[in-house]
Amino acid sequence: MEGDIVQMGAYIGAGLACTGMGGAAVGVGHVVGNFLSGALRNPSAAAGQTATMFIGIAFAEALGIFSFLVALLLMFAV
Amino acid sequence: MASNTSQVAETASAGMPQLDFSSFGNQIFWLVVTLVVIYVILTRLALPRIADVLAERRESISNDIAAAEDLKLKAVEAEEAYNKALSDARIEASNIVASAKADMKAELISAIANADVEIAEKVAEGEKIIQEIRANALESVEDVAKSTASALILALGGKGDPKSVEKAVASEMKG
Amino acid sequence: MASEVNSEGTGLEFHPMDQFIVKPLFGDGPVLWYTVTNVTLWMGLSVVAVVLLLVIGTSRRAIVPSRSQSIGELAYGFVYKMVEDVAGKDAVGYFPYIMTLFMFIVCANFLGLVPMSFTTTSHIAVTAVMAMGVFLSVTLIGFFKHGFSFLSLFWISSAPLPLRPVLALIEIISYFVRPVSHSIRLAGNMMAGHAVIKVFAAFAGIAVIAPLSVLAITAIYALEILVSFIQAYVFAILTCVYLKDALHPHH
Repeated sequence: MEGDIVQMGAYIGAGLACTGMGGAAVGVGHVVGNFLSGALRNPSAAAGQTATMFIGIAFAEALGIFSFLVALLLMFAV
Repeated sequence: MASNTSQVAETASAGMPQLDFSSFGNQIFWLVVTLVVIYVILTRLALPRIADVLAERRESISNDIAAAEDLKLKAVEAEEAYNKALSDARIEASNIVASAKADMKAELISAIANADVEIAEKVAEGEKIIQEIRANALESVEDVAKSTASALILALGGKGDPKSVEKAVASEMKG
Repeated sequence: MASEVNSEGTGLEFHPMDQFIVKPLFGDGPVLWYTVTNVTLWMGLSVVAVVLLLVIGTSRRAIVPSRSQSIGELAYGFVYKMVEDVAGKDAVGYFPYIMTLFMFIVCANFLGLVPMSFTTTSHIAVTAVMAMGVFLSVTLIGFFKHGFSFLSLFWISSAPLPLRPVLALIEIISYFVRPVSHSIRLAGNMMAGHAVIKVFAAFAGIAVIAPLSVLAITAIYALEILVSFIQAYVFAILTCVYLKDALHPHH
């Protein structure tokens, strides 16, 4: 019984942790959208900044991956 | 075999295979082996070769561009030489034309001068002949006058000394 | 395994993580550190892929490249330019190191997309070793090149003085989180994509949903192809960024 409650809590926590990935999606969308609006205003400078954009995406995405990891840990490891 | 697989499956289903620490040593060992092999292959074989090929290509491209530049320069030079030859020929032709003109003019002038001289000579000769003819004519007039005078004297029955007649005729003629 | 599922009596079989199990290739037994496992097989195949692309592909040394040679040259130029642009001209000496990481991750990611394959880069043990390698070597390079003035990386002199200790704390924490995020980003991305594909594949057991799940798998697979490359690129470019910090610690 007690184990069942723990497992239920873990699954609920996993589901909640997955909402964090939505934040990562917003962040990545924000980075790319701003890059695109900047690139359309000044296309000549865009080519040199794609690397910076990818670094920004990586940082924004890493946090979403962390929440996914927490979900997986709750599902399988706890 | 079956028992072992199920054992593996059981340990895995207990958690994520990623957190199964018993396999970490194996993965790390093979990862290090793999990375070292790739590193050695890249540094010994692949990267120097690709760098060589890229450098060679860059060199041949720049060489080709230099050769093209050279050929272009040569073409420009050839065009300049052609233009120069053309203008030289033009100048020479006009020189020839001018000298021919001058020669012709000089010839013409000398021919005219010769002709003038000749004409003058001819005129002088003609005048001389006319003079002679005129002198002859005068002489014959004197003769005719003398003979006519003496004949007249004779006919009139006079007696004329031919010498005095001659004198008189001459004085008359002069007079 | 099938018997287990039957005994549980559930209709659908969800085993999204089974594809990541490390098992011995020949026979059974405990996975010791030298055991030849599927890890060995797929890492070996990624070495073969690297050799095919960069050694066999360029063996003709043609001035006008063939297709495989131009792909190899493209990869070379891509990584070289990345190192030069991001980490600076003096980082070109570390180019083979970054090229090794990049080529291994790209090949392992793409080989992981082959059906029934094993994705070596989805394991935290693998990515953590690479990330720790990068972290330790970058830190050592920083101390070796600059001595203790390397620590000025954490002391932001352009910030107002009262803020500096706080910023230094944040910088130090973020510096030590680097290897964690560096490794978990790659492993997490690969694991997530493959697990999602497996979950959708399990849904195909229901005949009504099967066409939908096939479509979904196709879409996720296309996304995974993109992610495979981008994650390798991100791993390499972050390595370059860290290397730049080590070579030029003064802001």
